[in-house]
Amino acid sequence: MKIETEEQLAEAIRTAEGPVRIVGGGTRPVGQAAGTPLQVAISGIRLYEPGALTLVAGAGTPLAEIEAAVAAEGQRLPFEPAHWVAALGQGGESTIGGVVAANVSGPRRVQAGACRDSLIGVRFVDGRGEILKNGGRVMKNVTGYDLTKLMAGSWGTLGVLSEVAFKLLPAATSQATLVIDLPSDAAQPALAAALGSPFDVSGAGWLPGVGAIVRIEGLADSVAYRADRLVSLLAPFGAVRIEREGSAQLWADLRDLAPFAGKPGDLWRFSVKPSEAPALVARLGGKVMLDWGGGLIWALLPEGTDARAMAAPYTGHATCLRGAAPAFEPEPAPVAALSRALRAQFDPRGILNPGRMG
Amino acid sequence: MELPKADARVIARKAQIVARLRAVLPADAVIDAPEETRAYECDALSAYRCPPLAVVLPRSIAEVAAALKVCHEERVPVVPRGAGTSLAGGSMPTEDAIVLGLARMSAVLETDYENRFIRVEAGRTNLSVTGAVEAEGFFYAPDPSSQLACAISGNIAMNSGGAHCLKYGVTTNNLLGVTLVTMAGEVVEIGGPWSDAGGLDLLALVCGSEGQLGVVTEAVLRILPKPEGARPVLIGFSSNEIAGACVADIIRAGILPVAIEFMDRPCIEATEAFCHAGYPDCEALLIVECEGAPAEIDEQLGLVRQIAMRHDPVEFREARDGDEAARIWLGRKSAFGAMGQINDYMCLDGTIPVSSLPQVLRRIGELSEEYGLKVANVFHAGDGNMHPLILYNANEPGQQELCEALGAEILKLCVEMGGCLTGEHGVGIEKRDLMGVQFTAADLEAQMRVKDVFDPAWLLNPVKVFPLAASATRRAG
Repeated sequence: MKIETEEQLAEAIRTAEGPVRIVGGGTRPVGQAAGTPLQVAISGIRLYEPGALTLVAGAGTPLAEIEAAVAAEGQRLPFEPAHWVAALGQGGESTIGGVVAANVSGPRRVQAGACRDSLIGVRFVDGRGEILKNGGRVMKNVTGYDLTKLMAGSWGTLGVLSEVAFKLLPAATSQATLVIDLPSDAAQPALAAALGSPFDVSGAGWLPGVGAIVRIEGLADSVAYRADRLVSLLAPFGAVRIEREGSAQLWADLRDLAPFAGKPGDLWRFSVKPSEAPALVARLGGKVMLDWGGGLIWALLPEGTDARAMAAPYTGHATCLRGAAPAFEPEPAPVAALSRALRAQFDPRGILNPGRMG
Repeated sequence: MELPKADARVIARKAQIVARLRAVLPADAVIDAPEETRAYECDALSAYRCPPLAVVLPRSIAEVAAALKVCHEERVPVVPRGAGTSLAGGSMPTEDAIVLGLARMSAVLETDYENRFIRVEAGRTNLSVTGAVEAEGFFYAPDPSSQLACAISGNIAMNSGGAHCLKYGVTTNNLLGVTLVTMAGEVVEIGGPWSDAGGLDLLALVCGSEGQLGVVTEAVLRILPKPEGARPVLIGFSSNEIAGACVADIIRAGILPVAIEFMDRPCIEATEAFCHAGYPDCEALLIVECEGAPAEIDEQLGLVRQIAMRHDPVEFREARDGDEAARIWLGRKSAFGAMGQINDYMCLDGTIPVSSLPQVLRRIGELSEEYGLKVANVFHAGDGNMHPLILYNANEPGQQELCEALGAEILKLCVEMGGCLTGEHGVGIEKRDLMGVQFTAADLEAQMRVKDVFDPAWLLNPVKVFPLAASATRRAG
């Protein structure tokens, strides 16, 4: 069923006789979910105030439409959302609601925070079919519990988003990337040194065929100054070169997992304490990418690999984006119990994306 | 402000409850003599006070859990308390409640510069977190005005902000993990020194839940490398409207200052009289601060200057050295103290969309005349978080009530304009009864269901956040 208004959404959920599988653009089919497909196409930018750095849009608005609208005003979504279409081999067009439901954040997460950190308000329909709101359209708001951030990364299991609001940031007018010739399992210390410097790094990762990469953005003179300082700082780790023209493409490739596009195998995402990256990468071997200073490791592994066993021990979580393994890391018992109880409160009939998060 | 009738059954069992607490805690960790519990009768919202049943001051997670288990079994409400600096009455007790203070839990447990985090006991003060890492060139970003005194546990409870959150975010954006003890005494680890794990974001729920979901005993906080430097400019304007337009232009120009602070004439005059910062005689002023190396700051402030000049400022004052920078900040930092010198005041905390600033200030001016109470405005202009200070005389009968009524009108105005009741102080008891202005009954019900999950008996800080009528059946449970 295709849903175009919030009222239709509430009605569809109230009258649902069984599980529903919620779909935005269908570009992030992570985890197992049964049920009747319910496509959220509540679309359109409702409010955009460049002078207040805020934007409100229907959850079914294409991500590309929002990115184009804010770029036209020299602004951007701070968290640099990734497009997974190519990497996951899906068709479709990513929607902003899907981005929020999956809490998808790209390389700039190390500087500007995650999707959930930019999200300042939501409207959604819970499993009872009730229309609810939380947060709003202002960037500082502590009125009541923060259900807004709770909705980010809940994969549609607590409610179905109908509207989302973000704070934005000015887009940088200039950028540069420092490239250090290092293998994947030796990149993290260099990335940590860059992130621990006062030079306001906005990306720190490792790309196959390129090496360790560190991004700085801002006003032109400032970028030039910081690039010079970082070249000196990073020199002990290996040969450093400054990439300017090709800078944006490197980060688009890392963000969208371009090196994995069209490649067979299971796709895994490890969110760990960054300093564990070298050992973890060594254990995983082969096809990896690093982001967030090593705190985020992407791995393309042969089908059926028990990546959690292979990577252990690690401090953090592994998610299987494509493959037969359980998608989400099992949680400690007290946390799992709280999460279960929350789902029962928001969706007492258990009809919203049941099984999606395990 | 109304408090529900205290539970007489609990008060009648005071001796027994205190004895049970003494049985599981060290002798000096339980206080019940009235002269000793007096310090816990109120927080920084000192207009309201109430003696608690008793106070417990545990030194470990095990002691926190033991105290909570006893209270849970005895069905005694518990009010968690950090440093008691809440401006919203967040840690104000009721007569039938135990205050659980975290002041004795303030240790640094782990510092990790490679992974950029610090793990602390949650009773540690905000500023001393930065103090623990600054020798290595790091700092903890959220900086509420009370940062010298306020505790991390309270910052987490209220999701505290500060002057620099335009760039660095508020507590929830800088919190990586917590150790939470539930009302039943269960210890739960949520999050840790990694980013965006797979499950539901329980950390987001705990942060800003005003001590109603559990007692946070330890926290993993993100630390950041200190910028090379920072420098403010001061810009005076001939009207609030022009100052507001200048803020919007700075933001649209793509500059991201770490702070944009706004003061209006009543506030400028009061601080001038108090601390002689040498502020210009004008209707409104902005303090804009940028960070980086000296040349980077020059580049940003150069742009700020170009924009400001288009708005015909009364004055554009740059800081040539640290002393001049300090003088620019002096009045802003003294604003609350200055107000306290000349009057009693009530500090509001609503947020508005930045674009509605001139309209809101005009309406506040009208309301101020209607009620016959002066209002001075000082606020974080970049993010729309206002701090109108209503001046009144607490000793004059009726003034407190008049002041509260005006405050409620101003907060309703914030919501009407698309904003909210509280940007960084929290709801507490102060704004509890206004929640219906911002939320529908269903919105509030959804939030209360979250408390049902963490604290089914509604014993943790139960008379806060939600209007008493809305939470009545749950509290009676």
